[in-house]
Amino acid sequence: MQAPTKVATRTATAASGAPVTILAFAGDIASTSKEPILEAYGATDGQKLLLDFSGTEYVNSSGIAIIIQLLLDATKAGRRTVGIFGLTPHFQKVFTMVGIGKYATLSPNEAAALASL
Amino acid sequence: MKNGSAVEVTLPSELGFEKVAMSTAASMAQLMGFSPDRIEDLKTAVAEACINAIEHGNQMNDTLSVAVILSPGEDHLEIKVIDDGAGIIGQPATPDIDRKMAGEEDPRGMGIFLIQSLVDEAEWHQGPPGKSFVRLVIRLDKEKN
Repeated sequence: MQAPTKVATRTATAASGAPVTILAFAGDIASTSKEPILEAYGATDGQKLLLDFSGTEYVNSSGIAIIIQLLLDATKAGRRTVGIFGLTPHFQKVFTMVGIGKYATLSPNEAAALASL
Repeated sequence: MKNGSAVEVTLPSELGFEKVAMSTAASMAQLMGFSPDRIEDLKTAVAEACINAIEHGNQMNDTLSVAVILSPGEDHLEIKVIDDGAGIIGQPATPDIDRKMAGEEDPRGMGIFLIQSLVDEAEWHQGPPGKSFVRLVIRLDKEKN
């Protein structure tokens, strides 16, 4: 019943000129998302990473836990600045509520996210 | 919509089916005149309550089902999510993002916090199998404040 999570990887350039990897999610972000998200994350390199939620409509607490795990891995690696964009206003509120905004910049769209890095 | 026009949805204990209850609750709230942002709050709270019932209450046992009863009142919508578990004993600690990011707390465990944060009332009742439930209430007048 859960819409499978698809993760597409692309690159962009931050306002500062630095290269940025973008992981664009589609489908549900739920318990079944762990493998596709963390595998895609593991295959990335570079200092700056953006997570694009504009292709997702359903995120639950299990999905949020996977994003926290990704942020934790990035922090442990000591090499990543992570930003998030494309969340609906509701999920932007939920991500702020659980404290993710302390560890990743939440931006409304890709342009704002690239400008924040 | 008349008061007392309750709707009951029965879900299999399989993750993903919480979206059926979520959509039904959203349709009912829309008929009652809830604002779009309150409907989004309700959708997340109902989904999380159903996930808890499927995962923890019914332990993903596919022979058990989760009942969701949506009862509209004059100024509120009440939702009961009933499972076959023993109910929640004590409330889990409020999740702490700093502890999670320090690896001192499981990244999971935010469902009850989200439910409590997004609806006006949330109560957990313990009971024998098929009688444990969470009762949620979301009020229409909150959006006027």
